[in-house]
Amino acid sequence: MRYLPLTPEDRAAMLARIGAKSIDDLFIDVPEAARLAGPIAGLPAHASEMAVERGLSALAARNVAASQIPFFLGCGAYKHHIPASVDHIIQRGEFLTSYTPYQPEIAQGTLQMLFEFQTQVARLFGCDVANASMYDGSTACWEAIVMARRVTKRGKAILSSGLHPHYVSVARTMAKFTGDMLDTALPELTAAPDAERLLAAIDKETSCVVVQYPDILGRITDLAPIAARAHENGALLVAVVTEPVALGAIRSPGEMGADIVVGEGQSLGVGLQFGGPYVGLFACQERFVRQMPGRLCGETVDAEGKRGFVLTLSTREQHIRREKATSNICTNSGLCALAFSIHMTLLGEKGLRDLAMLNHALAVQAAERLAKVSGVELVNDGFFNEFTLKLSKEARPVVRALDRRVLAGVSLGRLYPGVMTLENGLVVAVTETTTAEDIETLASALEEVLA
Amino acid sequence: MSMNREGRPTRPETTSETAGGTFTGNRALRLEEALIFEIGDTRTTGVDLETAPRVGSRLGGLERNRPIGLPGLSEPETVRHYTRLSRQNYAIDLGLFPLGSCTMKHNPRLNEKLARLPGFADIHPLQPVDTVQGALQLIHELAHWLCTLTGMPAVAMSPKAGAHGELCGLLAIRSALEARGDARSVILVPESAHGTNPATAAFCGYKVENIPATAEGRVNLKALKARLGPDVAAVMITNPNTCGLFERDMRAISDAVHAAGGLVYCDGANFNAIVGRVRPGDLGVDAMHINLHKTFSTPHGGGGPGAGPVVFSAALAPFAPLPFVEKTADGYRLIEEETAEEHHAQTFGRMTAFNGQMGMFTRALSYILSHGADGLRQVAEDAVLNANYVLRSLEDVLDAPFGKSGPCMHEALFSDEGFAEGFTTLDVAKALIDEGYHPMTMYFPLVVHGSMLIEPTETESKAALDQFIGALRAVAERAKAGDEVLKGTPYFAPRRRLDETLAARKPVLVWKDKEVAEAAE
Repeated sequence: MRYLPLTPEDRAAMLARIGAKSIDDLFIDVPEAARLAGPIAGLPAHASEMAVERGLSALAARNVAASQIPFFLGCGAYKHHIPASVDHIIQRGEFLTSYTPYQPEIAQGTLQMLFEFQTQVARLFGCDVANASMYDGSTACWEAIVMARRVTKRGKAILSSGLHPHYVSVARTMAKFTGDMLDTALPELTAAPDAERLLAAIDKETSCVVVQYPDILGRITDLAPIAARAHENGALLVAVVTEPVALGAIRSPGEMGADIVVGEGQSLGVGLQFGGPYVGLFACQERFVRQMPGRLCGETVDAEGKRGFVLTLSTREQHIRREKATSNICTNSGLCALAFSIHMTLLGEKGLRDLAMLNHALAVQAAERLAKVSGVELVNDGFFNEFTLKLSKEARPVVRALDRRVLAGVSLGRLYPGVMTLENGLVVAVTETTTAEDIETLASALEEVLA
Repeated sequence: MSMNREGRPTRPETTSETAGGTFTGNRALRLEEALIFEIGDTRTTGVDLETAPRVGSRLGGLERNRPIGLPGLSEPETVRHYTRLSRQNYAIDLGLFPLGSCTMKHNPRLNEKLARLPGFADIHPLQPVDTVQGALQLIHELAHWLCTLTGMPAVAMSPKAGAHGELCGLLAIRSALEARGDARSVILVPESAHGTNPATAAFCGYKVENIPATAEGRVNLKALKARLGPDVAAVMITNPNTCGLFERDMRAISDAVHAAGGLVYCDGANFNAIVGRVRPGDLGVDAMHINLHKTFSTPHGGGGPGAGPVVFSAALAPFAPLPFVEKTADGYRLIEEETAEEHHAQTFGRMTAFNGQMGMFTRALSYILSHGADGLRQVAEDAVLNANYVLRSLEDVLDAPFGKSGPCMHEALFSDEGFAEGFTTLDVAKALIDEGYHPMTMYFPLVVHGSMLIEPTETESKAALDQFIGALRAVAERAKAGDEVLKGTPYFAPRRRLDETLAARKPVLVWKDKEVAEAAE
């Protein structure tokens, strides 16, 4: 078998060296009752590359890919163009098949990359420091809530109604077990996000306020007044960024007063992949560093005085602190962090700003065109590259009816099943990959189906 | 001394430079590389974009008008930067990576090819399910393999890594106990357990207590039975354990825990030793996470991403998290919050946005289909054979605390007994770097002094093992003889030993630009 280098001669020689008659002797500690006599029945035997490729290609062909038809889905995962070099670089064996950099002398490639990544994320978010990544935006969001509890010693978090419902769901699930109290609400199809509600709700029992920026309906909130009210009350502002490209156009949460900024890095370097693997971004201000979860890479020197990098502040982590760790996280999302960092390096600041402006401009044009369709109303005043339409009928069946011609967006019925006030809502994302023809196709399709 | 674009020294003068220092600091193919913040600038970009059409801004007056500080490089400079960085990393593709409990096996490239098919790579998690039936079918097939290989009736596919899987398992256990009105407060964990076990248990609100080990390196069944009681929710057992030994009493452990009303969590990190030869379901396990990036060959990527699906017993299946895939007469369904009410009302909820680590599922299934049931069984056999070969080939020169009591499984454990005064496992590890190897796992498990845990995996040839054995023998002999030269290893790696104390005492976690750095000084 192509992945097994041992030959029958090798095996015989090795058994002889060990002093065992057969391989079964080495499994002697397995109780008889638990031993399987042979390969498990009902499962196929080994297969050639060709056969495996044939089988899985057939499965792949049963899916409609984003590149095949006009595509408008967002809501926390975005279709952006990834430059060709990114995927080549991450497939270099020294990146792909390397391990967590616990032996820094032979992992400076990974460590220097992580240091650059941490700096890029911190600057993008307007924070002092960032970690070496989490699993994804939703778990990073939860970890931020837990961190706010540690810092403030309070147990009540207020979640903005514009927070991605999956992120809310994750927080709700975890809070059931940790006893954190979550103040949540459903969004409304209004141009204004729920800043008023948040400002009214913040009090001296609040650990943090969690605000998505831009939010699930694409609306952009001014975070500064919320940060101010939180700080007056000894609470933290946690900002959640599910579309990092937006930060090439809009103010960073950190500069508006956010204490912790988390998000999803998928937009840069990491493809859609049906939901994973993605890359969680986690940044905060200097004074909270020792409460951060996840791996951190820091600068130091070696025995010859040369600059080098190491994982540091490990006493926060599970392998040192065990049950007193700030999180149980071990594996992060290293290769996806690399992809994010390469894409960000290729863009640079100028490229990121240009990319953001292109996204926004195309989205503005799309919104204006779609608002002209009879039966379509644009909900947003402000947005970056994603906005919500209110259709004259329930959106979810509309999306399904159209799904071989155009993937029209994410219906709010999919994200908030059973919520009648939202069922006519459709969230449409536009990126640099969207063409004028795509927008026309969507407009005509909606025209037809809403007539 | 090299300078960056701002004329700032990037490296202090080197002290003990051997003869033949170079102008660049490079040594032929060993190339030094500065940070992007030192070589890039904010006006350079390596991406060509169309010009944005002029439109009225809809950003609500929140335009970003301050500099961000993100340097860019052209494409050639970018490729060179990262290629040079990559060459400072050890990797499985380069050589044996004997990390115990990490299962650093070969990462097949077929996996990479198939994961990149647009039909898998380019689909959005929220697309209507009729447009992603192939993806749902893949998840379902992988789930079927994992259940069949482990002998368990159900599996949660969504956890994003092993530790996330542990969390999933413990949350299911807690939910099950609460559902029968029997919430308990304690979880028992062997001293030899991986740090994520107690960390996860604490995260779930449990008090963690240690289970002692026997002199033979296994769970002390008698002590465990004595401790079980109405306050013990679960035990977390790794099997084979972190000493590389099969827990012979596993069935008895499970039976005792069940009899006392508790549940059994199994850390599946070491599944590579038994896949296809033993089913954890036959040993009374209630929940076990499987590291797809260990047993099932998905790449470690320098620290992730991983995937940690969790198989469940019938007792825990009803509590499994959302979302999951279900096969029906007319295709595959994705069970999310909406449809949970119908027939999964006891789910403990959602652990992550979207659908899980699809990219890792494709890779793992590609690997599993390649090996098949017969191949996977051979994987375990070769993994165990390789580890025993290493054990027996070195036990005359290195102390193997459990070597006398029988074979090991897929990993061999040695201690630092016999080293000269002042010589440590760390010294041996760093000397191995100069020999061209990544060191083995060091100082884990905690139950053995100076532990060295070696897991070769089945993808090492006999020749590769012989060379490694020779190298480790040579280094071990030097440690026992007290060879001072070991203290300065590694000499030949891109960096000498790094000052981790300094890094922790004065953390520098981001790049500070010239003005900021000077102001701080």
